[in-house]
Amino acid sequence: MTSIGTGYDLANSIFSPDGRNFQVEYAVKAVENGGTSIGIRCKDGVVLAVEKIVTSKLLKQSANKRIATVDRHLGVAFSGMIPDGRHFIDRARDEARAWRDTFKTPISTADLASRMGGYMQAYTLYQSVRPFGITAIVGGFDSTEAAPVDGEVGSGPSCGAGGKVLGKTHGGPFLYMIEPSGLYWGYYGAATGKGRQSAKAELEKLDLGGPAGPALTLEEAVKEAARIIYVAHDDSKDKEFELEMTWISGADGPTKGLHQEVPKALREEAERLAKKSLEDDEEEEPKEEKMEE
Amino acid sequence: MEFGNSGSLREDGIHLDMDRLKKGEVNLGTSIMAVTFKDGVILGADSRTTTGAYIANRVTDKLTQVHDTIWCCRSGSAADTQAVADIVKYQLELFAMRNGKPPTTQTAGAIFQEICYDNKDRLSAGLIIAGWDERHGGQVYSIPLGGSLHKQPYSIGGSGSTYIYGYCDANWREGMEEADAVDFVKGALKEAIKWDGSSGGVIRMVVLTAEGADRHLYLPDTDYKVRHV
Repeated sequence: MTSIGTGYDLANSIFSPDGRNFQVEYAVKAVENGGTSIGIRCKDGVVLAVEKIVTSKLLKQSANKRIATVDRHLGVAFSGMIPDGRHFIDRARDEARAWRDTFKTPISTADLASRMGGYMQAYTLYQSVRPFGITAIVGGFDSTEAAPVDGEVGSGPSCGAGGKVLGKTHGGPFLYMIEPSGLYWGYYGAATGKGRQSAKAELEKLDLGGPAGPALTLEEAVKEAARIIYVAHDDSKDKEFELEMTWISGADGPTKGLHQEVPKALREEAERLAKKSLEDDEEEEPKEEKMEE
Repeated sequence: MEFGNSGSLREDGIHLDMDRLKKGEVNLGTSIMAVTFKDGVILGADSRTTTGAYIANRVTDKLTQVHDTIWCCRSGSAADTQAVADIVKYQLELFAMRNGKPPTTQTAGAIFQEICYDNKDRLSAGLIIAGWDERHGGQVYSIPLGGSLHKQPYSIGGSGSTYIYGYCDANWREGMEEADAVDFVKGALKEAIKWDGSSGGVIRMVVLTAEGADRHLYLPDTDYKVRHV
């Protein structure tokens, strides 16, 4: 970064001569210092997990959650500056509510990602603001049934809907990641924060893409997510951390279409397996041969 | 504002409001209906518009397009329902552009309901929304006077509908073929026109399927037997 210190990094809304916005790049640095967050889109749902670094023993365990529910079927995890993340979540809730007010139907994951991408982007444009110091992972499950209507009297007829396109499916699990620049993509698996490199390497090993869709099931994904957070955690940098995990399934799955915390028993089982897997890996590493006389 | 005193609350607490229109306001004393069938949905309406006893228009088009395959049947005040349909048409066009996909019938129903409910004291509009979309197929929503939203397999409305509740209940079947559904709508509207003094003129229909919208016109001259284009 040779152009640092030349004044082009002092404000948003000023490009450097080689076409960069340094304030946005610095915001990305803030994200890279935050605890790892990951999202996995699997066959029957989405799992979100974060490595919540414990900064003080005086903080209550499992309080101060880092993954938030934005609407019944939508969750957001983030890495980076926590107050920025809280504001992002507030705004996401407003957007989800506004959509329901206007269209009487839940916002789709894609539409929420689009709205929030636009919101983040707006904070890269003006002198009076700074970009968000977070990267957010948005997970959701859009109803595969006929989209429900808020404010409809009764549940409507079970018969009479003629001429549907047969064999065409709608809705399902979706995952998006939004960066400080406002850039967002849909992902099979997403990782951000401190341990993103090793987390991404682990995500790439999972069967998430392909034309037939992901093979991984929700329960497998919960266990993989826990393992990946443990792999991505760096003991030498931060000693203590808590694993926070949420999941979203379809109406016929364990969460009945809602974004919820992974039940304690399942999370603890996943953590046990994650720790065991790490120990096994350590054993496999060849021992240094000692020179003896 | 010249309303009759029929809208006021009586001593016994019973609220009667038979005469919602202003003096001289154009009324769609009407027979309208929408019916789902195997491949989609059919909207149907008579064509009489009245100001009191005078027929202001004998070939009115009460079937109004608000998006490619989302239409509505209008009853009540002609001015009110035209204004509401105009607003919804604009909203749906905006929706399609913003979201890069066509709105569903329920989105249209929700927007109609919002307007009808928020302005319930000022509007006299009885609407039936019918549309076809890829996800839900043909759907029918009705929004009666208070601004509630009802999803129905078929719906009838307007002053003429009172005469055909029995006919429709006896003759409607789920998953009809298009030709049978057209005959059902035509048969019902013929009865409504026969018995209701404020309904009459031609029978108009719109058939909504995966193929798009198709208009039908039937004239009394040929006893509604021949389809004119």
